[in-house]
Amino acid sequence: MTLPALTTSRTPRRIPRAGVWAATLFIAVVAVLAVAPGLVTHGSPNDADALAALQPPGGVHLLGTDANGRDVFTRVVFGARPSLLAGLGATALAVAVGSVLGLLAALGGRLLDEVTMRFVDVLLSLPGLLLALLVITVVGRGTFNAILAIAAYTLPSYARLVRAQTLLIRRSGYVEAATSLGLTPGRIVLRHILPNAFAPLLVVATIEVGTALVAAASLSFLGLGPQPPAPEWGAMLSQGREYFSVAWWMAVFPGLAITLTVLSVTVAGRHLQRRVEGRLT
Amino acid sequence: MTARTSVAGRIAVRLATSLLVLWGAVTVAFVALHLTPGDVVDVLIGNSTVTPEVRAAIISDYGLDQPLLVQYVTYLGRVLRGDLGRSYQLHQPVAEAIGSQIGASIQLTLSAFAMAVVVAVTVSVLTAKRSRWIRGLFSGIELVGVSIPTFWGGILLLTFFSFTLGLFPVTGGLVLPAVALAIPVSAILTQVLREGLELTLDEPFILTARSRGMADLAVRVRHALRHALLPTVTLAGWFVGVLFGGAVIVEEIFSREGIGRLTLTAVTSKDLPVVMGVVLVSATLYVVVNIMIDLFYLAIDPRLRGAR
Repeated sequence: MTLPALTTSRTPRRIPRAGVWAATLFIAVVAVLAVAPGLVTHGSPNDADALAALQPPGGVHLLGTDANGRDVFTRVVFGARPSLLAGLGATALAVAVGSVLGLLAALGGRLLDEVTMRFVDVLLSLPGLLLALLVITVVGRGTFNAILAIAAYTLPSYARLVRAQTLLIRRSGYVEAATSLGLTPGRIVLRHILPNAFAPLLVVATIEVGTALVAAASLSFLGLGPQPPAPEWGAMLSQGREYFSVAWWMAVFPGLAITLTVLSVTVAGRHLQRRVEGRLT
Repeated sequence: MTARTSVAGRIAVRLATSLLVLWGAVTVAFVALHLTPGDVVDVLIGNSTVTPEVRAAIISDYGLDQPLLVQYVTYLGRVLRGDLGRSYQLHQPVAEAIGSQIGASIQLTLSAFAMAVVVAVTVSVLTAKRSRWIRGLFSGIELVGVSIPTFWGGILLLTFFSFTLGLFPVTGGLVLPAVALAIPVSAILTQVLREGLELTLDEPFILTARSRGMADLAVRVRHALRHALLPTVTLAGWFVGVLFGGAVIVEEIFSREGIGRLTLTAVTSKDLPVVMGVVLVSATLYVVVNIMIDLFYLAIDPRLRGAR
């Protein structure tokens, strides 16, 4: 649950350099493990060994085993891919659809502007998770549908941002110059407006990846995302909660993985925000 | 134009756009109903079985044998009369189901919000413009508070305070669920409030107050805080969303009654009438809260009352 980027009107406080480095390093490690989980693990995340169920951390099983005797460390590492994919996928989709809506609103004339922005208002009036739940009721549960659901509730901020940026850029000298040179509107949008709206969009998107990650994990925690036995952090947590009094490690480590990832993304995003805003002003 | 008519005019515009948003929410619900794969009657019935008579009654109630436009108007009319339809799985009207659960959720969210405000005001007043170390420490804590997913925080609280220490009940209860819900809200509120306080503390009137010999804490509370509170009010609509969405998760973790659990059960059992009803109720709540904020602004900030 990250602060919606649009409400942080002022430049955020400077984050200590060491913090930014630690966050970047952590994101890099998680990204590498998402691509190649086999680097640090051996065996599949679904290898069950009933004789080794619920073993505490230490020894062969670094982070212990779960109720089915599966290695928690392996599952946490393999969980990086679906968790990151959901967060990044939902953000990418929301940025794409939100940008199109924002461009339509800004360039499509008064009526289209009103219609698009009122539609965005409607989306904003529905509490985020609730909108996601409505989408899932309609399209059903599953990995891709969860991405769709999260994109639906994060796209309003991108639509508003791109609209505001486009309106600003459209009045700028270089767009006027491009228009008077006879460039087609499509070319102006692609070559001039989008590239210039990109920096603020990137900042908001980075911060919002954290929101999307938490939302995706929340949906799988509620049993609406990737289905078991897929090793996804939220789903692992949900399973671990039933064994919490006997095997705390089952829920603590996936939770730690989500929290540290979101924390790192937030730190990196705010650092980026400072850099970009410092450059723009 | 006098100030009075401009205020009335602005309220009218505000109400009109709010109605537009609500109409949009009704339309979204209607579209959702028709986008759901399967025959609309079956979608409405969901996983339960009904007699052919009930089936026929649903078809005529929703006008499902009529053209789509007629169905839409029928649906709009029903919602306008406060009829949110019927849940065939809960065997009761949706409005009744929501009505019986919403009290528990409002109690939970208001408690969480009150906690968050108390924590945020205390922490921000005490830490604004303090030494680097204090601010750095609290910024760090806030960042962690923002990043901890509600479901994980809830589970940790539950394990520690209920299972290990036995201080609070494992199911139901109000304190722990409210704390779990309050963590992210208080973290964000503290950040925004402190930022506002630090800006305000640079204002000349603060210097004036200090030069009158006023104690530091009194300056912060009586002068700076009132100004710093204003911008946070705009976030209220956003808090409604966070608290409402968080309630779904917190109610599930703490097995607490409420609209969140009602919604979750409805989603997992494909009880679309209930989900649509909750969507409409929460959109209404959002709109009402935002209107109240606008009126509140007009009431406390005379500058806004002038012509534009």
